[in-house]
Amino acid sequence: MNRQIVKLFGFIVVLFGILVGFTSYWSVFDAKALEEKHANKRPLFEQQQIRRGRILAADGTVIAKSVGKGRGAEKRYVRRYPEGSLFGHPIGYSFAEYGDSEFEKFHNEELVGDEGEFTSILDELTGGTQEGNDIVTNIDTEAQRTALADLEEAGFGAVVAIVPQTGEVKVMASNAPYDPNRIPDDIEKLNSNEIETPLFNRATQGLYPPGSTFKVVTAAAGLESGTITPETTINAPGSLEVEGTPLQNDFNEDFGPIALDAALTNSVNTWFGQLGQQVGQDQLFETMEKFGFNATPAIDLPSDEVYDSGVYEEEHLLHRNDPVDLARLAIGQERLLASPLQMTEVAAAIANKGKLMKPQIWKRVIDPDGRVVEKLDPSVYSEPVSAQTAEELTTAMEGVVSEGTGTNAAISGVPVAGKTGTAETPGNKACGGGEEENQAWFMGFAPADEPKIAIVASVECTEQFGNDVAAPIFRDVAETILNGEGE
Amino acid sequence: MTARNRELLALVPVAVLLTAGFAAVFAQENAKLGNLSLIFGAYFLAICLATHVFLRIRLPNADPYLFPLMATLTAFGLVMIYRIDESLARDQANWFVFGLILFALTIYFLRDYEVLERYRYTIAVVGLLILLAPRLPGIGQQVNGAYLGVKIGPLAFQPAEFTKIAIVVFLASYLREHREVLIVGARRVLGVTLPPLKHFGPMLVVWGASMFMLVFIRDLGSSLMFFAAFLALLYVATGRFSFVVIGMAMFLVGAWFFASTVPHVHDRVEIWLHPYDEAQGNGYQILNSIFAQADGGLFGKGFGQALITIPGTHPPARLLPAAETDTIYALIVNEVGLFGAVGMILVYLLITARGFRIALLASDGFSKLLATGLTAVFAIQAFVIIGGVTRVIPLTGVTLPFISYGGSSIVANFVLLALLLLISDRARREAAEFAGTVPLGAPA
Repeated sequence: MNRQIVKLFGFIVVLFGILVGFTSYWSVFDAKALEEKHANKRPLFEQQQIRRGRILAADGTVIAKSVGKGRGAEKRYVRRYPEGSLFGHPIGYSFAEYGDSEFEKFHNEELVGDEGEFTSILDELTGGTQEGNDIVTNIDTEAQRTALADLEEAGFGAVVAIVPQTGEVKVMASNAPYDPNRIPDDIEKLNSNEIETPLFNRATQGLYPPGSTFKVVTAAAGLESGTITPETTINAPGSLEVEGTPLQNDFNEDFGPIALDAALTNSVNTWFGQLGQQVGQDQLFETMEKFGFNATPAIDLPSDEVYDSGVYEEEHLLHRNDPVDLARLAIGQERLLASPLQMTEVAAAIANKGKLMKPQIWKRVIDPDGRVVEKLDPSVYSEPVSAQTAEELTTAMEGVVSEGTGTNAAISGVPVAGKTGTAETPGNKACGGGEEENQAWFMGFAPADEPKIAIVASVECTEQFGNDVAAPIFRDVAETILNGEGE
Repeated sequence: MTARNRELLALVPVAVLLTAGFAAVFAQENAKLGNLSLIFGAYFLAICLATHVFLRIRLPNADPYLFPLMATLTAFGLVMIYRIDESLARDQANWFVFGLILFALTIYFLRDYEVLERYRYTIAVVGLLILLAPRLPGIGQQVNGAYLGVKIGPLAFQPAEFTKIAIVVFLASYLREHREVLIVGARRVLGVTLPPLKHFGPMLVVWGASMFMLVFIRDLGSSLMFFAAFLALLYVATGRFSFVVIGMAMFLVGAWFFASTVPHVHDRVEIWLHPYDEAQGNGYQILNSIFAQADGGLFGKGFGQALITIPGTHPPARLLPAAETDTIYALIVNEVGLFGAVGMILVYLLITARGFRIALLASDGFSKLLATGLTAVFAIQAFVIIGGVTRVIPLTGVTLPFISYGGSSIVANFVLLALLLLISDRARREAAEFAGTVPLGAPA
């Protein structure tokens, strides 16, 4: 019988092996998928037991905090946003039952204090409970307030402000705003509002034709490639035949042979159309890509909530070998779409002597004991233009504000460099489908000689021009930030 | 080193494990590392030492590892139950003591365990009759649709735990006597070796008993466990694999028949195959057991982490149902992770290995078959419940030996252990005598 006993033991070893196999499958290999199952309420209840860290504005204003309810094992934490809709974008929300978004989602691990398996074993041995870290952001409360208030007056749109030298995001406002506190009660309503789309962050997800603001990119490509110098003149007639349709200046004005400064100051379409053609598609696309187009901006927000800017064919981005109307692309038309965040990156790169820094909303992570565990280390995304080109572009952009199309952006005593844009968006559903709808832009930085802040304001569905509706927002926000710096 | 000294040494890590476990639970809960954990550890160790001394006197040659291995499981189980519910742990500790008393009595009175052979029919009949008790009005209890328990006053007990020992004793004895005939009398019909019809009787009886359990008292787990133990014994006794195949086919046909006709059995199978169909209803228990495991990962969440309650329930309801009994394995994976759970499975495997080793050493047929049967039924019980919780097989209500909360389970398993040690003591003594050396500590 001994042989059979040994075989029987072998069989039981196999049975136990199967148990080990199944346990491994559930606990390790399939664990991720199981945690995402809808029927699995465990991660949700667990998450509610952790006190999520606070999110603070640069001045210490509490943007988000967790409040506990109940006691002992019953204790549950819920997220509160004391400032309501002021920071709804870009902070987003985090509720166990309704998911999370934007900054809350991107920085989830730091906020819940997630550590590796080994550290948590150590925690258990020492009896510690998991606690989240606080995050201090770069957001300037006052400037954010100014931006949102101005936008609410002007219309749907977005404002982004970035410190050129570090990439610190000081303002990111999107109108219509929403109050994250309302998510648990109103998420259905907020989601189904197709006109205001309050959950949609227009600063990162709004893709609009950039219009004339894009001429700065075309100019950068021209200077950088050596196609032109600031002194090079191009003849700018009132109208130019391109691909069978005329490309016109405002009021068909004929400027004759002019150089960059005059062309940018007066936003001359025929001048930039020709420059685009001379620069060529390869060079124009290369410059665009260095400025961040055709890629997801390297900001600390979930990548699926930040849209790429570029030339779109339906849902797809076109590349340098695809057929494109270069002259119209050069003046920000064609099928070019850009987010306010992308255009702010263009302004910031020029303001920072040609170096584009990665835009970042967070500044410091502070653990529950008050120690700074991580600090923003500014890093370069790319160098789209040389310091010299940046200086030449700055000079031209100063002309726009001092004597050109962007005079409403002027701040007394502070030189401002900028560029307006007014793109026609007839039939925009979000605006009600009217024919007279424009996308109004202002992109710039100040002070021009010693830039402290790069700002873009973009307003949807307006009958006005960039200088009328976007430039004043730029001025207000810039003043708020510069005054704040002086204090 | 003598067997008993090895046993004594092996008890040291058990005591450490227990004390450390309780300390961890205490540290987790309000960081109040009181001396209660040390007292608990000391008590446990004292009881183990007393048992050890008893074994030293009564069974000096018995296997030295079985008792410490089982004490390890008990200690582990106590810690797990303690953190679920303090009062349950106190109950369980009392049952542990009571189990050890019965363990000692078994060893004391059944030194000549062949006496069991003489009463094999009585034992079998009593074993099967007590299975009926849970259906008797007044004392019977229905849990999750199964009639598993009996409650007389404050005492609750599950007869199936004792029936499994009775059945094994009967089968070991019956097969010892008839195995020759079963082998020699076998005939080949259509290429399949069939056992002689005359001796087919007990096979049908055991099959019938299993089916009966399946339907009448609705205890799927025990039914599966009994029948598997029966097939294991039949195989070891006859060496005929074809008998096992025939038996399995019979069981599957019966199980299939009842699964399609009896709603209770049908439900269990449906839940097993499609738990997500009724995630909030029938599938809730198995799904939450799987989710708890997923949450545990490689190293687990640590003691005191798994018992999440559902917000808004009064009194607070736990997310994982039956955590102290049926799904305790899920709780273990959650708290000590895959590594801890595999460690525990290894302890079961070691016990199985020691048990079979006793069977290998034993010289007479009854001892061999009894040791094999007891070991097999123990191992299969662990497989049935762990397999149920991990969705290898449908989830049923058997206990995880020595770990799940439950008096009858722990008491019955200590009786099982006592029998194994009795067989072991004799087998090892005879082996030693045969080799001409009487180990130290053996009575002259």
